[in-house]
Amino acid sequence: MQIVLFHLMPYADLDLAAGRKNGTVWVTLPNRNFDPERGHKLYNRYLDELEYGEELGWDVVAVNEHHQTAYGLMPSPIVTASALARRTKRVKIAILGSALPLRTHPLMVAEEHAMIDVISGGRLITGFVRGIGAEYHTFGVNPTFSHDRFHEAHDLIVRAWTEPGPFAFHGHHYNFQYVNLWPRPYQKPHPPIWIPSQGSKETIDWASHPDRRYTYLQTFSPVKVVQRYLKSYRDTCAGYGYQCEDRQLGWAVPVYVGDTDASARAEAKPHFEAFRNVFVRMPLEMLLPPGYTSRESLKNVMKAKAQMFGDVSIEQALELGLFVCGSAETVTKAFEGYWREMRFGNLLVLCQFGTLPADLTRASMERFARSVMPRLKALK
Amino acid sequence: MPFTDHVVEIDGCRTHYRRAGKGAPLVFLHGASGAPVVLPFMEKLATRFDVLVPDHPGYGQSDEPEWLENIHDVAYFYLDFLGALRLDKAVIVGSSMGGWMAMEMAVRNTSRIASLVLVSPAGIRADGAEPADIFLLSPEDTVRCLFHDPKFAEARLAIPETPESIDLSLKNRHTTARLAWEPRLHDPMLPKWLHRIDVPVSIVWGAQDRILPVGIAHELKRLLPKAELKIYEGCGHLPQVEKMEEFCELVTRFAGR
Repeated sequence: MQIVLFHLMPYADLDLAAGRKNGTVWVTLPNRNFDPERGHKLYNRYLDELEYGEELGWDVVAVNEHHQTAYGLMPSPIVTASALARRTKRVKIAILGSALPLRTHPLMVAEEHAMIDVISGGRLITGFVRGIGAEYHTFGVNPTFSHDRFHEAHDLIVRAWTEPGPFAFHGHHYNFQYVNLWPRPYQKPHPPIWIPSQGSKETIDWASHPDRRYTYLQTFSPVKVVQRYLKSYRDTCAGYGYQCEDRQLGWAVPVYVGDTDASARAEAKPHFEAFRNVFVRMPLEMLLPPGYTSRESLKNVMKAKAQMFGDVSIEQALELGLFVCGSAETVTKAFEGYWREMRFGNLLVLCQFGTLPADLTRASMERFARSVMPRLKALK
Repeated sequence: MPFTDHVVEIDGCRTHYRRAGKGAPLVFLHGASGAPVVLPFMEKLATRFDVLVPDHPGYGQSDEPEWLENIHDVAYFYLDFLGALRLDKAVIVGSSMGGWMAMEMAVRNTSRIASLVLVSPAGIRADGAEPADIFLLSPEDTVRCLFHDPKFAEARLAIPETPESIDLSLKNRHTTARLAWEPRLHDPMLPKWLHRIDVPVSIVWGAQDRILPVGIAHELKRLLPKAELKIYEGCGHLPQVEKMEEFCELVTRFAGR
């Protein structure tokens, strides 16, 4: 199994009461709550943590894209991935992912990812996402065109990476007379493409298609939901007439490793609960603008609203498998068990979440790297 | 005379509309929340006019055609609608999104249009008069923002939801987003061409409109200097509901002249 160190780079110094009072830390939380001097320290701390991940033996370090939110301070994952490309030597760098429909000029994504791939000597893993619903509010992009723009931008980028230029691209949303990428990507035919998702049939059908076979990542979901969607991906591959490889599946989950189960829970509790109940929280209208999902999915979410939008304690999260936390032995056994059931070839661990401070983050990373990772890497 | 239901296929879109009354044709173009039921102002206007209340493409009981991508598509559709139903000298009364559609039609072609009544229309923007974010408001808060007098909001909120009404409101909301998400509730090109509207225009607004603030009314009047402007005190976004009697009198006087 390939182990990925995933970072969201939250604004961990957030005044949680301000976030609570505003109802969400997305879109509308006034940016006077961001202090650039604290931000300076946080960015450098987080980049150090990812670089430390290479030293500790992670296979991949991963960053992502979110806009105008305390949840994550990476409106451009290109910036953080570029910094990592120069400061690391061995580890792969994953951008999970670039939010394609938000771009008015997706060729820029093709260019930026190609640059990082060339600078890093082929260590880039590319990820494409649509951006979450809130981003359609912050960016003003029409959510009812989200799927169309995603597919068209994707097609453009892959063609730009693989077909000899210059050529013209005529789409419905994007039109370019000259597609002629300088630089072309280092990897042949192009960097691996991963698709992080909260789970949707449309995404699974598309990502698993024999022409693509992209790695599907189920992000921050109860373990039953992870099982359902990873199984659905495997079944869809079978329906297409081929067998899903383990490398096509991944699970992204927050993890905390302590000395004992009890100390792990006590240390993680306030920080995990801040993550789940302050940083993640947003109203339904912000999460799912019209057209972002099918109306059937939207209705299902409306039915589950009380459960999805209420507070979740660490105890409930552990019960749901929304969070994996405990001693190294407990965490190892949990993942070994999950792996036997689901056979995901990629495990993305979020070692920093919410307000988790630097010392606890590093200690948890070290315990994970020393006592959990070797046994998980051996699973195959 | 009760309203009767009709379906006509125009531009490949099966279009539902209600119709009642005799007299000059009057087409009411509804706003973002659709026209799911016959309202008292429609019945009142039907005593003087041949009133047609279509569900826009993508709304209510009408189809969601593939071609529906922006407000201009709707404008051309409604010009075709007037032609297909052979409506001449039609009075177009448009509320909110419907008022925007009316203006987009009229800058293109007024050959079948007698006059426009623009009821707190979307379509243009004005400095210092930012619209409410209708896509972030909860459904309940949206209803409360529609009215000045809370009793109208309470009455509307008291109507129980059904699976059908939820489906309809999600459908309407989807199409509103498609047409008005970005640029939000306006067409930046529209002011350039408003001078092409060569039929009488009446602008009607509620002074306490919390969806599209009344500042937009003054900007629209500046852009359409020959238009009448009536602002109702103690009234929100739907003067046809909150000031029903006065509104119907105004339409009858203005359109009947």
